[in-house]
Amino acid sequence: MPDDLKVKLLESYDFLSERESLDYLSLKCPPNDLVEFLTNLRDQYNFNMLIDVSGVDWNDEAVRFSVIYHLYSTIEHQYIRITSDCLNNEMPEMPSVVKIWQAADWHERENFDMFGIKFIDHPNLKRILMWDDYPYYPLRKEFPLAGIEVDLPSSEIAEVTGAKVKSAPMMGGPFHSNPKGFMSDNEPRARDQSWTEQREKPNCN
Amino acid sequence: MPIESEISIGDSAKKSVEFASEINGERMEINVGPSHPSTHGVLRLMVELDGEVVTKCDPVIGYLHRGDEKIAENMTYNQFIPYTDRLDYIAPLANNVAYAIAVEKLADITIPPRCQAIRVICCELARLSSHLLGVGVYAMDTGALTVFMYTFTERERLYSLFEELTGARFTTSYTRIGGVARDIPEGWLGKVKNTLNKIEATLEEVDNLLTRNKIFYDRTVGIGVISKEDALSWGLTGPNLRATGIDFDLRKDKPYCGYEQYDFDVPVGSTGDSYDRYLVRMEELRQSIRIVNQAIDKMPDGLWYAEDAKKIFPPPKGKILSSMEELIQNFMIVTEGPQMQPGEVYFEAENPKGSLGFFIVSKGGGVPYRLKIRAPSFCNLSILSHLLKGCMVGDIPVILGSLDFVLGECDR
Repeated sequence: MPDDLKVKLLESYDFLSERESLDYLSLKCPPNDLVEFLTNLRDQYNFNMLIDVSGVDWNDEAVRFSVIYHLYSTIEHQYIRITSDCLNNEMPEMPSVVKIWQAADWHERENFDMFGIKFIDHPNLKRILMWDDYPYYPLRKEFPLAGIEVDLPSSEIAEVTGAKVKSAPMMGGPFHSNPKGFMSDNEPRARDQSWTEQREKPNCN
Repeated sequence: MPIESEISIGDSAKKSVEFASEINGERMEINVGPSHPSTHGVLRLMVELDGEVVTKCDPVIGYLHRGDEKIAENMTYNQFIPYTDRLDYIAPLANNVAYAIAVEKLADITIPPRCQAIRVICCELARLSSHLLGVGVYAMDTGALTVFMYTFTERERLYSLFEELTGARFTTSYTRIGGVARDIPEGWLGKVKNTLNKIEATLEEVDNLLTRNKIFYDRTVGIGVISKEDALSWGLTGPNLRATGIDFDLRKDKPYCGYEQYDFDVPVGSTGDSYDRYLVRMEELRQSIRIVNQAIDKMPDGLWYAEDAKKIFPPPKGKILSSMEELIQNFMIVTEGPQMQPGEVYFEAENPKGSLGFFIVSKGGGVPYRLKIRAPSFCNLSILSHLLKGCMVGDIPVILGSLDFVLGECDR
């Protein structure tokens, strides 16, 4: 069945290309055709649920940000994975699919929050997990695991007390082994070695 | 807008419209949460009221955001298992199983039947534990305090079973990639059967207390109605989706862990209101008991871990100390993590709250390049602003209770 579907989809839409996958049918769709294609998938191919929208930061590859949609059909009982690459690496953008599935509302807000991908025509694109004035996009690859010191969410308190949101302590944190020396030297499991207590913080803007 | 003192007769209709809109304009904003008993955690609702009627609701989440997805990118596959306990902390065993199966899909490991049966028992006990709490606090939200005491007593029994099985009452971390941490203890299955009998008796009592209770009935029937179309559009899963009448259960549709061998029914609702969601949960409790009883009766012999998962488990301790090869292998698995093939996998399990999905992007090596957690509570809550519009203020706790969410999973 998925093979029939793959052939049929690739024949009907010439902008599609196949992607490697270990499980479900995975297709790649350019962002300009995404809304039309997903609408057709819902209306003609019974993919009636948007299960998940997940951004990926490919770091230093040619295309830096992708958005991956997982659809599910409650009628055919099958999944499909649609990937769409953001054309601009500096200001990633993607058309919003809220008009097709309301579920996309919070999913897209989350990806905006975590990756800074701007979803065009989203009705209410603002941060969802972090607070509104938070300056960084935490799931981008250059963002350090420990976080970066920023102002408190409530600016009035921050102005009076000068209190800050501190970074997580990496020494004695989740990767605790030996409290002496550089974290990266004595804890090989901690993959994020971009910043330790002694090294400079990276620029995440 | 000021009301003009002079009212011209010809314009009376227009004036009354203006006057009415002005009364309408007087709205009150109230803030529910983040620490409020009816929000079951740290959910905050910014509610706009016109009298008693909710005109707008803006849920604010993220108070429990810990960055689990970022953490996952920085540790090996094995190390992330304890973090899955903290997603839906009412049913940690089910989360453990969902994560383990997702990674096993990437590693291409087949699980022996005994391990699968153990996992099924774990998942269903977790479902019992979650739904018992869900029904209990839901009844409490509607004013029936007794039920909560009854169901919590049963949860204590379940916790004691978890403790005997995993060593921990709450954060179990029981599964391993390629198996479970240890075999079931001797005599444990008998204790499970015993406990299930007690739970069944309690369910009978809860049924008598709630199902035909006039007060409970009046507070829940017709409140928070979700239509089939809305439920699909908002991506609802689990009991909340089934209550609308859609027969969606991944245990039946996409069987994993050998669920196809067990005989059970998937309860569905008819109207999708708060009362239906309660009924669906009650019936799922009974079906879970059925599944566990079958799994215990048919418990196969054999190993509780996959033998072909040699790349994932560290070698036996005796061999590490005597053989160079095994020592190196142990060192590599502990420091670098189990080596996985590059690729993308997505796996969803039918958890108590809905479909918990893990999307893993691997570039090879022992660390996921990206791990996305599709949390059912996150999707179930996204319908709130639509659902609460037009409800009475007093119905907010009822609707929240009926949706049965966990913020640890929602915020991740």
